[in-house]
Formats: sequence, C-alpha cells, structure tokens
Amino acid sequence: MADETMLVSKKYKRRSQAAEIWRRMRKNKGAMLGLVLVILIVLIAIFSGIFLDYETDVIGQNISQRLQHPSLAHPMGTDDVGRDVMSRLLYGSRYSLSVGVVAVIIALVFGVTLGSVAGFFGGKLEEVIMRASDMLAAVPSILMAIAIVSALGQSTLNLMLAVGITSVPQFVRITRAAVMTVRNQEYIEASRSIGLNEFKIIWSHVLPNCLSPIIVQTTLRVASAIISASSLSFLGLGVPSPDPEWGSMLSAGRKFIRGYSYLTLFPGLAIMITVLSLNLLGDGLRDALDPKLKK
Amino acid sequence: MEHREELVLDIEDLVIHYVLEEETVCAVNGIDIKLGKGKILGLVGETGAGKTTTALSALRLVPDPPGVIKSGSIMVAGHDIMKLTPTELEKVRGKDISMIFQDPMTSLNPVYTVGEQIAESIELHENVTKQQAYDKAQEMLELVGIPAYRSTEYPHQFSGGMKQRVVIAIALACNPKLLIADEPTTALDVTIQAQVLELMKDLIRTYGTSVVMITHDLGIVAEICDQVAVMYAGRIVEEGPLEAVFNDTLHPYTEGLFNSLPNIHSRTEDLKPIPGLMPDPTDLPPGCSFAPRCPYATEECSRGIPELKDMGGGHKVACRNYADPDFTIERRKKQ
Repeated sequence: MADETMLVSKKYKRRSQAAEIWRRMRKNKGAMLGLVLVILIVLIAIFSGIFLDYETDVIGQNISQRLQHPSLAHPMGTDDVGRDVMSRLLYGSRYSLSVGVVAVIIALVFGVTLGSVAGFFGGKLEEVIMRASDMLAAVPSILMAIAIVSALGQSTLNLMLAVGITSVPQFVRITRAAVMTVRNQEYIEASRSIGLNEFKIIWSHVLPNCLSPIIVQTTLRVASAIISASSLSFLGLGVPSPDPEWGSMLSAGRKFIRGYSYLTLFPGLAIMITVLSLNLLGDGLRDALDPKLKK
Repeated sequence: MEHREELVLDIEDLVIHYVLEEETVCAVNGIDIKLGKGKILGLVGETGAGKTTTALSALRLVPDPPGVIKSGSIMVAGHDIMKLTPTELEKVRGKDISMIFQDPMTSLNPVYTVGEQIAESIELHENVTKQQAYDKAQEMLELVGIPAYRSTEYPHQFSGGMKQRVVIAIALACNPKLLIADEPTTALDVTIQAQVLELMKDLIRTYGTSVVMITHDLGIVAEICDQVAVMYAGRIVEEGPLEAVFNDTLHPYTEGLFNSLPNIHSRTEDLKPIPGLMPDPTDLPPGCSFAPRCPYATEECSRGIPELKDMGGGHKVACRNYADPDFTIERRKKQ
C-alpha cells in the first residue's frame, strides 16, 4: 500500500468522472470523428520526424523534379524547387500543431491566472486586470500579432508568443465569468471556515468547478491559433522558410495557383481538416462536460 | 478570573454594521455571549435579527466590505479572534472552531468525493499523511451513520440529509472546541431533521464540543440546547437557561414567539402572531426596538435602549417594564 500515492480509498473504487464524460462523448459521432482526426494528426506529427529526413525529404531541393503534378511518386506533386509536397505537408504538421498548442498554453497560463484572480478577489484588482485585457482585445488580434512579431523578430518562438498573447483576453474573460459564479457558492465559504487560505481555495475548489468552459475554450483556441499562425506565415511573418509551415506553403504556392493549384489546395485542406477536427472535438467536449447544456 | 478561562466563546459588546454607500445596516448592536465548555447555546430570532452575522463574526467571516466590526472583542478558546493575522486565523478555523452551514446542497464542492472533502480538513490541521487523513475521513463517515464505502461518491449521489451528515462530519473531523451551526436543519424535512439533530446531540455530547445553534425553530432549541439567547434587531432581548426562558418567559418578544406556535393541547385555538414587522435595520427606533410592536409598550419604552438585567439565576431580560416589580406578561399569568 506504500506505493499508493493517489488519494483513494483502499477498499472501494470510485466511479471516475472521466469515464462518465467518455461515455457521453462516445455517443456524439461528430466529436468522435474530431477526436480520431486529432489523434491521427498528432501521430503524423510525431512519426513524420522519424520517417522523414529533414535535410533530404523536407528542405532538400531538386530542380529537375520541379512543379510536377500529383503522381504515384509524388502523391501531392512537387513545388517550384522540386520538394515533395506530401513530405512537407506531413512534416509541417509538427510546426502547425506545436505553434497552436504552445501558443494556447501561454494564453492559458496567463489568462486563467489573471482571470481567476480578477473574478475571485474583485474590486480594484479586477478593474485593472479587466481593463488591461479589454485594451488588448480591442486591437485586432492579427494586427497585434504582426506588431509583436515585427518587434521581437521573426522566429517560431516569437510566433508562438505573439499568437499566445493575442488569445489571453478570451481566457481572462471566460475564467473570470466562471469564477464569479463559483466564488459565491456556500462551499467556498465552507472551505474558508475550515481554514484554507485564499489561493488554495482558488486552486483546489474554484478552478476545478470552472474547468469545463476552460477545456472547451482551449480546444477551440488551438484551432484558431493554428489559423492565426498560418495567416502570419502566409504574410511572411511566421515560421521562417524553408521550414514547411502550412501557412507559408500556402503563401509560396500562391504564385502558381493558376497552373498548379494543388500547391495551395493541399496545405489549405490540411489547415481546414485540423481546425475542423479540433472544433468538432471542442463542441463534443462541451456537450460531454455539461450534460445540462444539451437541448 | 479563572472562570473566564473556561469559556470557549466569549463575545463582548460586539457591534457589526454593513456600511453601504447609501445607508448603514446596523446588523448587530452590542451583543455579549458567554459559552462554557460542552454547553449548547440556542440563538433564536426571526430572519434578519443578526444571528448569522454574529455567528460569522466568530470566524471573522463577515463579508468585508461591506461588513465592518465596529467594536467588541471575540475570544474563542483563548484566541483573540479580532487580533489574529490571516495566517493564524486559517489555523484556528476548522481546528478550534468550525461551522455547519444552512444549506447542505450547496456547502459541498460538487467536483470532489465526500471522502476527499472530509479528509481535506484533517490533512490541513493535523500532522498526518493523505492516506491517514482519508482513513480518518472514512471513520468520520461511519460515525455519522454513512457506510464507509460511500466515501468515494460525489455529493450529487447523496440525499439532502446525508449531505448534511457529511457536512457535520467535516465540521467535527478535527474535534473543534466550538461548533457554530447555522440553521443546520432548516433545509431538511421534519423526519430527517429529527435524525440529524439526534446525531448532532450524540456527537456533541461525546466530544464535549460547545455549540452555538442558530435557529428560528423553538422546537429544536427545546430539543438540544442548554441555554437560549433570543435576538431581536441585533440585540439580545432575553437570555438564560433553557427551562427559565421557556417556562418563565420574561420578554414580550419571546412571548410573541411562543404565541406564534400552534398549541398541541388546544388545536382549535387561533395563532397569535406578533403584529407588524421587524424594524428597518438601517433606521432603528431610538428606544427599545421591539416597542412599536409590543403590547405592553409605554411612553418610557421609546426613551433609550433598555439594558439586559439579570432577573435571577442567570436569566436576563432587556425590558423596561420590569422596573415595576408587579409587572408580568400574559403568558405567565395563565400558568
């Protein structure tokens, strides 16, 4: 029994909430489709690093093979310097996903911290945090991201930072709203009456009750972060070439759209499928986490 | 002075106002409560009399703003609550003094199992591992009459009465010296009420906990309390041992409370509710705050607030009429 680190009863197994949510989610076909696709894309991102060689398959140029239409050798054709589009697309999932996920983690950490402090303590602190986040939200997010990237310089990390910062206000708002409904519940006062300090109350009693909107927002935000990152790359401010980010591939293929439309078609499809599957998953999670919401 | 040391709760001249922008609500206006070890005090009064505010102040949980403790001292088990730092307060809350809230439906956190919630308080205040705390939590559950295997269930899987048992288990988990029960049975139906009260009574007697029982149900008071304090508009108007207050009622307001109860011996008799309403706490009358509704009120009554006077045996009353030695209220004439 010594290795039992989790707080569980020795004798009795608890009925897990995760199992309950999984059961509800399995009924939702759209969400399951989204989940399968997301898992697939994540697997592609992981294994493309193993099966594809960055130097030869992804950025290795081969002018003799340039601009070939899709064929058996190149299922999605080749681009203007003879790189295989499919290899680049598969490898590109690593960039798009990591930018999306890291950007959202940045937004999540700052947004949830600020939002819960604002929602829980209220008063002047809330006023300051909310007005600051309103100011941030008032600037169009793509413009904001462009400004941040131009100020910090063009690199993948700065792209993540820029997209992350522009998504902070949404998390602040959502967390604050959720925290405000929970903070006046009697069990929060009860936890004070057994002597918990304020920050422990926020962490272990308030936030777990606010989890479902935050989880849903996270999956949806990953999708929009991928779009933002691709748009910035499309504008030439994202992942620097020759790295195969989907947005920059789209941008590079734009010049050849008349004769070689597949150069823009496939990266576009890749972005669309990823975003769609994340949205499906997010919607499904929302229904599964909050059964009352359904109809 | 040694007598004072035995007091588990000693509130002196407590004044709490809720200061709002447009007005000031005088919720508690100079209250003294003294409670010895193992004693159960019933704090009775109608809605808005300041019972809950008084109770919350013992844990310094009066919402601030707008609540301001204007004056007074609160001693709980030797701690001067008013002088403790927030960190010290956190140590006292749950350990020396704990609280049972009115509504068991909302006083449990829906995302944790009940076992975890009981264990939380134990873990916080006692030097034990998580597993030991959890084992103790299961014992506490058994103690309040819930089988231990249900410790892995969530609050929504419990009925109201069982939830209140869980809340009681949390409150008593660290064996506090003082327990404040804020209408613990109001949200329950009558049969469950009886069970929960019986349970509380047993546990309180075994642990020797002192209790402040806030209620507006005189039946509950008669059932489990040793002492009674009747509150009206932020003041105690009558207090004393249970028998004295119930059998030799002195204050007209307490009489009014008893008259509002149906009498089991004469079922056809009409109830005699107290006429009028509680005075507006933002604008209390200058004299006795019950005077406008009191059938015995005289001119005297609106001239200054009557003091709480001992009428013998610790039975105190705040009523000017007792200056006249021949004065008795209707209820006592009948007996």
